[in-house]
Amino acid sequence: MSTAVLPYTVEPHPITRLYSGKLGIWLFLASEVMLFGALFSSYVLLRVGAPVAGPAAWPAHAETGLSWKIGGFNTLVLIISSVTMVMAWAALKTHNIGRAKAYLATTVFLALVFIVVKLTLEYIPKIQAGHTPSHNNFFALYFTLTGLHALHIIGGIIVITYFIGPGSALWKTDPEYFTNRVECTGLYWHFVDLVWIFLFPVLYLT
Amino acid sequence: MDHSHADTDKHVRLYLTVFAALAVGTVVTVAANQLHVEHALAIGIALGIATVKASLVAAVFMHLKWERSAWIWSTLALCAVFFVVLLFIPVLETSEHPPNVVVGTWDVLPEAHTEHAGHHE
Amino acid sequence: MAQHQHKGGGHGHDHHHHDDHGAGHHELSYWRKYIFSVDHKIIGIQYGLTALCFLFFGFSLMMIMRWQLAYPNKPIPVIGSLFPSFFPGGAMAPEMYNAFGAMHGTIMVFLGVVPMLVGAFGNYVMPLQIGAPDMAFPKLNMMSYWVYFCGGVTMLASFFVKGGAAQSGWTSYAPLSVITQPHQWGQTMWLIGMVFLITSSLLGSINFITTIVQLRAKGLTMFRLPFFVWAQFVTSFLLLLAFPPLEAAGILQLMDRVAGTSFFMPEGLVVSGQMQSYTGGGNPLLWQHLFWFLAHPEVYVLILPAMGMVAEIIASNTRKALWGYRTMVYSIIFLGFMSFIVWAHHMFITGMGQKMAAFFATTTMIISIPSVVILTAMVITLHGASIRFNVPMLFALAFLPMFAIGGLTGLPLGLPVSDIQLHDTYYVIGHFHYVVAPGTIFAIFAGIYFWFPKATGRMMNEALGKVHFVLSFIFINVAFMPMFFQGLAGVSRRLADQTGYAHGNAVQGLTRMSSWGAWMLGLSQVPFIINFFVSMFAGRKVSENPWESTTLEWSAPSPPPHGNFKSTPVVHRGPYEYGVPGIAKDYFPQHQAGAEA
Repeated sequence: MSTAVLPYTVEPHPITRLYSGKLGIWLFLASEVMLFGALFSSYVLLRVGAPVAGPAAWPAHAETGLSWKIGGFNTLVLIISSVTMVMAWAALKTHNIGRAKAYLATTVFLALVFIVVKLTLEYIPKIQAGHTPSHNNFFALYFTLTGLHALHIIGGIIVITYFIGPGSALWKTDPEYFTNRVECTGLYWHFVDLVWIFLFPVLYLT
Repeated sequence: MDHSHADTDKHVRLYLTVFAALAVGTVVTVAANQLHVEHALAIGIALGIATVKASLVAAVFMHLKWERSAWIWSTLALCAVFFVVLLFIPVLETSEHPPNVVVGTWDVLPEAHTEHAGHHE
Repeated sequence: MAQHQHKGGGHGHDHHHHDDHGAGHHELSYWRKYIFSVDHKIIGIQYGLTALCFLFFGFSLMMIMRWQLAYPNKPIPVIGSLFPSFFPGGAMAPEMYNAFGAMHGTIMVFLGVVPMLVGAFGNYVMPLQIGAPDMAFPKLNMMSYWVYFCGGVTMLASFFVKGGAAQSGWTSYAPLSVITQPHQWGQTMWLIGMVFLITSSLLGSINFITTIVQLRAKGLTMFRLPFFVWAQFVTSFLLLLAFPPLEAAGILQLMDRVAGTSFFMPEGLVVSGQMQSYTGGGNPLLWQHLFWFLAHPEVYVLILPAMGMVAEIIASNTRKALWGYRTMVYSIIFLGFMSFIVWAHHMFITGMGQKMAAFFATTTMIISIPSVVILTAMVITLHGASIRFNVPMLFALAFLPMFAIGGLTGLPLGLPVSDIQLHDTYYVIGHFHYVVAPGTIFAIFAGIYFWFPKATGRMMNEALGKVHFVLSFIFINVAFMPMFFQGLAGVSRRLADQTGYAHGNAVQGLTRMSSWGAWMLGLSQVPFIINFFVSMFAGRKVSENPWESTTLEWSAPSPPPHGNFKSTPVVHRGPYEYGVPGIAKDYFPQHQAGAEA
């Protein structure tokens, strides 16, 4: 016996109406809000406080060379992946594991599309054009914010892949518990989408 | 949450509606950006739409619409308060310095031999 | 995410799971039982032992630094010749002094005290006090410890990399931290280590909050929680919401150092006549804001659990209910909340405008009120009690005036007028060391003596404990009291050799006194170390409730088995029912059924 038997891992607590995992993931997301909040705050300060001229000045939007088409495409990709994620959970609620796995796989595929587009159409050309993080603070923020976001996407890919593969064994023994885990993963995934919804206008449009 | 099958079907329709709204929101954001409005206004519009989109994601996909747990809501409220506090950092740093003389823009003094950024701590 | 295995097993709980797929009993290997354990008690002990080692190591760094301060540039006896690569010629170079100073702060705060208070005591005691079989996420708990361990190893390894350990103070202020060692790895490793430690704390705090919300025993309402649990609860929220901004800042500084960005680097920065090769446009004060956004709440992370422990020990040894328990709870919540809006009082000399300075001075004055309320409530609890002066109580009692000195000397630092004079002097060092050394560290000692019998089933030796207490109490004051006077004389906290300045030379005697105090304080720990290890194997055996206390942890066997309680506890009353009329004994445990008081 490796872990003590704990209550409320599957069934909700009668008073708090939560299973523990759900509270845990929301607390984690609260800390993520503070993480990205601090970075957004830094963005505002560095942008407002940037010198008016010289190499360190904030570049006009045209100079950044960031394409709203690529950004917009990736935004749609992430939004669709959020829909497929929540559909996977809905499929589990109707006890359709096959459909749920298909939706999860679509989510992973879309996430990979996002990463590949980001890497091949944005990061690599930008760096080749000399727009490295050290070029100016716009690119510094661009790479840091999107890079951190991309790490979150990769984390999500790993977790969702786990639930398609070995993690799904839990479905056979405890379907409700498995559904809860997918719900928690979904909450995380939607949050990652939500961050991108802000990153897109902040970096690509204005 | 306890959902019956009918509930789930209803949810699925809602998810698809929200997806449509998010897609439209993205298009509108981009379109608004093509209009040549004043810069500050453009930022305002873009962030406004983003906030609406984010709220939709949080309310529907993240199930906050149906969330009844006081613990989750109080955690989020606390988080929101301190998030706002965080956003006060730039206000703090820029409000009392005249624009463009923000600390951090030292002039280059070729003859300088002292540590300009002498560490104060 | 929920990470439990559903393994059945009868360790005396009656939680009936609809899905028990009983794996039955099998003996765990040594590794799973003691090294990669998911039991909160083992993890708590792992945290405790690791943190004690780090506390000892951090203190040793300081004892070596005190030699340089007391006898500048003289060869260090013994140690100087043992490590010639660290101390060329046996003496301490200024760079090495800086590195030791930075690492002393970092190790004491992030690797010593916080893991001790939260990781060790929080992990071990809190689930027992709320009657839970374990933490809500046992595997996450194990992961927190190992991530912390990796962070610690990274920090220690930084002493041996090119250029040595970080030298920019525990606060790592930019641009100094970005430029000082451009080709040296110490600061970069510091940042990576911090990312580990922050991650560990975040995972831990998620676990703590979920456990307290979800796993309280039946009948244990929030206002029946022991004060220590409340302290852990508030502390966890501080860690959860204040640490991420520092993680963000750490990532930004890492980018500055590794990718050549200019987040904290102003344009046209000239250092020692050399133009820096950064593009610029950054803001060094951004680092300070993000750092102190964490680090002020961190101060309360260092003190709230200590207050909680002292409160438990005082209630048990005065044989009285805590006076104003509810007021204390409201105070600690308010304290936690306010700690997020006082951070800029660390930055009064950064050219902040009057309005902002006035705002932060005001919030700082306001936050002192709940601290005073809590301390006062504890002092009033002592009134009229027949106090049991055992070792934990002695340390807890010493905590009160020591923390009061620390707190009161903080007030002049919260007001811009006086802070501008005192900023960065030894006065500041004296102030916060009174809070964390004779304050928090004494609370930690009190906690160790108090809960040692629960964790081992044996008592620590009372006589050795008293020797430890008396010597520590004397020498800790000899070590820290002179710092206030040095600070008032204007001595900067960062000097490796103050004798080069007339005002520093004038108070060199105080520095020596302080150094001798620190070394004697080090010697005073010998009885503790002996007591700790010998008592583990040869201490007097005790039953489950040696202190005759009321809270739930004393209803479990000592040491508690896997799953903690013989039968799932049910709580019938508040945490401090001492001297209840009509009860045979002078204490009425929370779990004991019977007439309500």
